[in-house]
Amino acid sequence: MTLMENTDAVLPVTHQNVEPQFLGDAFNHLEARDINVWFGARHVLNDVTLAFPENSVTALIGPSGCGKSTFIRTLNRMHELIPNAGLTGEVLFNGKDIYAPGTDPVSVRLGIGMVFQKPNPFPTMTIRGNVLSGLRLSNSRVRDEDALVESCLTRASIWNEVKDRLDAPAGSLSGGQQQRLCIARSLALAPDVLLMDEPCSALDPGSTRRIEETIRELSESMTIVIVTHNMQQAQRISDQTAFFLAEDGQPGYVVEFGPTDSLFSMPNDPRTEDYVNGRFG
Amino acid sequence: MSENLKPRVNFETAKTRLGDRLFFGSTSGAALFAFAIVALILFFLGLRAWPALQSQGLSFIYGSTWSAADGTYQIMPMLVGSIVVATIGLIISTPLSIAVAFFLVFVANARVAKIGGLMIDLLAALPSILIGFWGATVFTPVAAGWAQVLHDHFGFIPLFQNSGPSFTRSPFIAGWILAIMMAPIITSVAREVMSRVDKELINAAHALGGTTFSTLRRVVLPTSRGGILGGILLALGRGLGETIAILYTLNLIFKVNVLRPLENRGGSVASMIAAKFGEADSAEIHALMAAGLVLFVMTLLVNVIATGIVQRAERKMAS
Repeated sequence: MTLMENTDAVLPVTHQNVEPQFLGDAFNHLEARDINVWFGARHVLNDVTLAFPENSVTALIGPSGCGKSTFIRTLNRMHELIPNAGLTGEVLFNGKDIYAPGTDPVSVRLGIGMVFQKPNPFPTMTIRGNVLSGLRLSNSRVRDEDALVESCLTRASIWNEVKDRLDAPAGSLSGGQQQRLCIARSLALAPDVLLMDEPCSALDPGSTRRIEETIRELSESMTIVIVTHNMQQAQRISDQTAFFLAEDGQPGYVVEFGPTDSLFSMPNDPRTEDYVNGRFG
Repeated sequence: MSENLKPRVNFETAKTRLGDRLFFGSTSGAALFAFAIVALILFFLGLRAWPALQSQGLSFIYGSTWSAADGTYQIMPMLVGSIVVATIGLIISTPLSIAVAFFLVFVANARVAKIGGLMIDLLAALPSILIGFWGATVFTPVAAGWAQVLHDHFGFIPLFQNSGPSFTRSPFIAGWILAIMMAPIITSVAREVMSRVDKELINAAHALGGTTFSTLRRVVLPTSRGGILGGILLALGRGLGETIAILYTLNLIFKVNVLRPLENRGGSVASMIAAKFGEADSAEIHALMAAGLVLFVMTLLVNVIATGIVQRAERKMAS
């Protein structure tokens, strides 16, 4: 990890509520502090500070190329898998910095799961094999694998569709089913936080609605951070929203961060207002 | 449909331009030429081999005596030896090649991967006479030391026993030499198929707590299995046909040796042909031709199967 001096002076204009009092006294489950990201010499994220209270859903919105996906990947150390990626700042998970020296990125990723933009079940595995893939990959064991498969698929709202063909290849499912299988796969490791990088962008409206229902149900027991291009989706599913923006050639930053209702109805910043009203993006 | 309706352009007759016809003719001629060469070699080999096959009968394949004085020509020890040495080569080169390919595709940075890839290709281009020469003079004493260690520590296992005094010129050493020649083939095929594994799957594996090794084992290998198997068979074809490097590093003895790879006796059809060809009379030449025919059929089969597997794997990955 390259540690680089932050010499850039671009600061978020509105930077409200680092401590999210608007959600009551909920414990800050995950917290990003002063995250700066580089790809080689290119500074792509500037001083992002966001807090994610326990069992909340946070939407990250903003135009393409503003660093939302890059940011979400810093939250479970997936960012460092990209060659030449650099980072400064802290990500506190249950109060501990996941970038502290000696922290194993693998154990970080077991606690903070991730669902990707494109459904990516393992094509060589069965549906059941996909649900259990995290256990196999991380050399973990559970006593009752069948019960785990059923509970994960149920929580991802796909059990009824696949219960009679658990041994079929994952590739035989539709796109929306594959994405729900990917959610089930992440749940099998019992993560406390689930990161979702535009999980519905490749799906039809019906599948999108089902995934949104799943997200709402999951948020009763876990903290969710979701990148989305769809502002209606952000309003439907999230408790708080962060609006990212990158001006020409400048690194991305957070313009505004607050409760979803107020950010959409009474934004503090005119750029947020323009964006949520579809005037650019 | 109306009887009068005719296609406006008939694509069959549209190939009437002279340039197109010349191009079509020359390319299909070239393709036919390659096929004809293989067919002609097979035909003349068969023709020349026929007298030996006729006089020796099936014992040509399963017998173990080669004597020009008696007119007995049987190639079982060499046939078995070819397979034994190639198998040892595969056992050594396959895991090594897969590890190197994985390193070049997923672990090394771009520069190291490029230089590493170049070195592997260079290794593939080394003439086998050089490898044989190096194997006989430099590598044999080293590998004989390894064989000695295996014998001293694991001699209770029959596979590592050696009743003779020497550890040189054994199938074990020839197998190592073949491994060096097979590794670039398996590595470059494995590198190709591994680099085509969807990066999203690798990301998913990491996000699910996968380590480098578990990602290789659970995701990369199962996805690229077909292609790698094809590469292994291509290398096997290469190993079965290898002549001079084996001639330099293996004692050719007409006695079947399968279970004692550390002993300095073994065989290989290709190197036996090379060893005997210079001093053979006409009857023995026919027998050597017959041995060549057997070798040809064997490598042809391996190559056909390998090509089939690689093509099937490529189609599967493309879909």
